[in-house]
Amino acid sequence: MISLKDIWKSFGDNQVLKGISLEVERGKILVIIGPSGSGKSTLLRSINHLETIDRGEIWVDGVQVNAPLKGRKFEKHINRVRQEMGMVFQHFNLFPHMTVMENITMAPMLLKKIPREKADAQARGLLEKVDLADKMNCYPVQLSGGQKQRVAIARALAMEPKVMLFDEVTSALDPELIGEVNKVMKRLASEHMTMLIVTHEMRFAAEVADHVIFMADGVIIEEGPPEEIFSNPAHERTRRFLFEVFKS
Amino acid sequence: MSGRSAGFRFIPGGTTIEETAVDYQLIIKVAPFFAKAAWSTVVVSFLSFALGLSIAFPAAFCRLSQNRFLQIPARVYVSVFRGTPCLIQLFVIYFGGPQIGIQLEPFMAGVLGLGINIGSYMTESIRGAILAVSRGQTEASRSLGLNKFQTMRKVVLPQAAGLMISPLGVNTIALIKGSSLVSAISVLELAYTAHRFTNSTYRPFEMFILASTFYLVIITLTSKAIRNLNGRFAYEK
Repeated sequence: MISLKDIWKSFGDNQVLKGISLEVERGKILVIIGPSGSGKSTLLRSINHLETIDRGEIWVDGVQVNAPLKGRKFEKHINRVRQEMGMVFQHFNLFPHMTVMENITMAPMLLKKIPREKADAQARGLLEKVDLADKMNCYPVQLSGGQKQRVAIARALAMEPKVMLFDEVTSALDPELIGEVNKVMKRLASEHMTMLIVTHEMRFAAEVADHVIFMADGVIIEEGPPEEIFSNPAHERTRRFLFEVFKS
Repeated sequence: MSGRSAGFRFIPGGTTIEETAVDYQLIIKVAPFFAKAAWSTVVVSFLSFALGLSIAFPAAFCRLSQNRFLQIPARVYVSVFRGTPCLIQLFVIYFGGPQIGIQLEPFMAGVLGLGINIGSYMTESIRGAILAVSRGQTEASRSLGLNKFQTMRKVVLPQAAGLMISPLGVNTIALIKGSSLVSAISVLELAYTAHRFTNSTYRPFEMFILASTFYLVIITLTSKAIRNLNGRFAYEK
């Protein structure tokens, strides 16, 4: 479903991705862990073309995201491709001038020309799924961090994406609010959504992942099923990282 | 003692103390003319404001564009009109215009000069407001599949609108005060009227205080309108 081939990316002199390749099969969940600055967020953002890569190929559902097109043709292409991918950000990025409902229905109504009643009905369904049916007429400012993030997930789901990308979605949350967001993600997992998750939540990663990648300094150090990575890491670097994380 | 104070009272030209005091009756007499002139200040300011805004929006988008052919002219416009005195710009248009075949009435020349001038400031106010909308907003919108224009229209501009009211308000108040400059090209507004009545009555104090009072009223009302508008857009992030 998602296939990255030899991805390279630098910011100036700083080489952040050094030949990353990975695969995510349909309905599977890939979790990327690693210390900050390892390039995992950049990698995730590249898949949605929020970062432009220097070299390599990104394929999602048989379509090359970084297709060799120019100018307007590429713009059209990328807008179409992005509709197939849902992205959730660390800082929610809800639209503050829209209600929860409007946040969710805006894109489907504008891009898929879905009539309002239908879009509203769909949004109500999604809000129920993220346990926020009672907040549909609120503005984002009236919500807690955990609620905001759940709305952001609902907003991404409203475009009926084929894959979901989660970029450290619980990192900006108070500890007591992390659980409610993780619960929603687990629910998605049980519905066989294809997901790529960048996270610092090791327990959550262990629970939900089909496959775990440990990244550091722009390369994949080690990968495998969660049981293996978390209980019996092969690499010294992975062991040190996990030790540091679980120590706290 | 009385001799000394009499010495202080003596003013060359035979003016007595009674004549140096404020002449309230004169103020009441000329006030209707000033009211009319104040209206003309409002009209000049409003038309210049409208012209300025209609230049500033496209100019701000050009300034933000990645296309050099749009960006560079907008930058030149802003730096030229912010970098030279408004009075000189008015002189160029009104006195210099006929030389290159553009002959304008004082009123037209005044509105044009003020409008183009304030437009350069407004361009920067609008650009600043658009840039102040956080990058994450654009990213979220683009990641849903909205293109640049849809993102601007649905996500960035509605948020920038609230952010640009205050700076545009500052521009507008500066414009109203700056509109007094068009008196130099004989547009019949408040400052010009004050000048004219000074020449005929030799009472500059009354005339300019009266003009100031009208300016103060106009600006106070404008500020209030801006505050109301700002309140309407108030929401927290």
